[in-house]
Amino acid sequence: MIIRPKYTQVLAVSLLVLATLATLAILVFIIVFVLGKGLPNINAEFLFSNPEDMGRAGGIFPTIVGTVALTLTAICIATPFGVGTAVFLTEYTRESRITRIIRFGADCLAGIPSIIFGLFGFIFFVTYLRMGWSILSGSLTLAFMILPTIIRTSEEAIKSVPYSYREVSFSLGATLWQTVYKVVLPNALPGILTGVMLSVGRSIGETAAIIFTAGSSLRTPHSLFDSVRTMSVHFYILAREGLSNEKAYATATVLIVSILMINLSSYWLMNRFILRKTK
Amino acid sequence: MTHKIDIKNLNLYYDEFHALKSVNMVVGEKNIIALIGPSGCGKSTLLRTINRMNDLIEGVRITGEVFLDGNNIYDPGMDLYELRKRVGMVFQRPNPFAKSVSENVAFGLRVAQFKNKKKIAEIVERSLRAAGLWDELKDKLNRPALDLPLYQQQRLCIARLLAVEPEVILMDEPCSALDPIATMKIEEMMVELKRNYNIIIVTHNMQQAARVSDLCGYMLLGEMIEFNKTSEIFTNPRDKRTQDYITGRFG
Ligand SMILES: Nc1ncnc2c1ncn2[C@@H]1O[C@H](COP(=O)(O)OP(=O)(O)O)[C@@H](O)[C@H]1O
Ligand SMILES: [Mg+2]
Repeated sequence: MIIRPKYTQVLAVSLLVLATLATLAILVFIIVFVLGKGLPNINAEFLFSNPEDMGRAGGIFPTIVGTVALTLTAICIATPFGVGTAVFLTEYTRESRITRIIRFGADCLAGIPSIIFGLFGFIFFVTYLRMGWSILSGSLTLAFMILPTIIRTSEEAIKSVPYSYREVSFSLGATLWQTVYKVVLPNALPGILTGVMLSVGRSIGETAAIIFTAGSSLRTPHSLFDSVRTMSVHFYILAREGLSNEKAYATATVLIVSILMINLSSYWLMNRFILRKTK
Repeated sequence: MTHKIDIKNLNLYYDEFHALKSVNMVVGEKNIIALIGPSGCGKSTLLRTINRMNDLIEGVRITGEVFLDGNNIYDPGMDLYELRKRVGMVFQRPNPFAKSVSENVAFGLRVAQFKNKKKIAEIVERSLRAAGLWDELKDKLNRPALDLPLYQQQRLCIARLLAVEPEVILMDEPCSALDPIATMKIEEMMVELKRNYNIIIVTHNMQQAARVSDLCGYMLLGEMIEFNKTSEIFTNPRDKRTQDYITGRFG
């Protein structure tokens, strides 16, 4: 059967619109569903008090502290290594087999399921290096997970700095390193920050890798060597053990809202970045 | 007597491509030298051998010698960073950094580890004055340089260069992005700068070469066809090919 181009055109557009609408609808449904069940149970007390009775009652304060501590530590560990690798790959080496191997390695790292990272972190950091279930073990594991994102986004950001900037810098007698930290990095900063923000989002949402490495203690941590429970892990345990649906949805709501805010700010950064480049 | 710049039998290859063919050129003190010739003849390439900017390009091979005050800048012991402070460059498109006006001018000083704030402010002012920008920009020192109009940006780039007190200034078609009035300003400035600096300018605007330069070199397909006093080149060219170019029968 031959359909006239005019009709295939209409058909194609309708299908595309349908697919888009379906995606949007699912997204909205999930958010409305979770927020609808969660929002009524959120108040200052929920955010700032300790859980009671395994989380059946009380708040989620320690898990907020845990999430923030774990994510921040992971970012602080991964950013210097990631940006450093990106600078090395783009500025200090010429495109070669070695840079391709490093890049391929980073891409592979990005594709590994998080549960494998969790297992690795458990065996290596928790037991072999005797760090135990702790913020340190958890954030080191997370750092490995987010490293590829930071490397790749930083690389793109660094490459997008116009070559003419480097040229002028050299022509004024600057060394390569001076050029990197006085010219290239400041110009690449918004792009690098975008990658860091994406990684923050990923860290906050992570469960599998963390439950193996940071444990699930409900106490507010006092040092990097304490075990913590993040919001995602808390949600997982509440839901899985059937402790409290109400509290589970409330926790999920806090999670979703924080991730939403982080994504919004990284979009804002990205826009600024692109605007500046095309100016 | 040693010359300011003495280029001897210089050859440059981009991989297999022979871009400069046995170029010779002698430059005395305090002159403006213009390099003219059709697009792609190697003017920029020749210019960039004098501050060794071609070294940054992969696959470039150079033979021959370039003497600056009697020292071959291609000697293995040459301090590249020192060389580039002595031989500065103005590029075709204005390219200030995404920094403030004063930070742009101070860039070379920061690179050279100047710490004294008062001294830096002094040099920034002196350089902006020399580039004829001080009166226009003295109240805008903290404004982003990229917000300035193009003609101010290009002069800012010259001020940025003057701050490191080079001995030789290389200019690669510095006016090609500018309108005639801005071009005139830059030319006036060049004549002013000639008192203290040696200037080599690449231009494919022959009137410009005739107006500002003392010596002029005509290049074609990587060769220096003729190098002589500007007045000679324009009124009494020795080579037929120069004559064709000057009279517009070529390019
Ligand atoms: N980076 C490069 N790699 C390879 N070839 C180049 C490069 N830069 C310039 N060339 C070639 O060298 C020749 C001279 O270029 P250039 O010095 O830029 O000429 P001009 O400034 O006189 O227009 C041209 O044929 C150009 O294609
Ligand atoms: Mg050129």
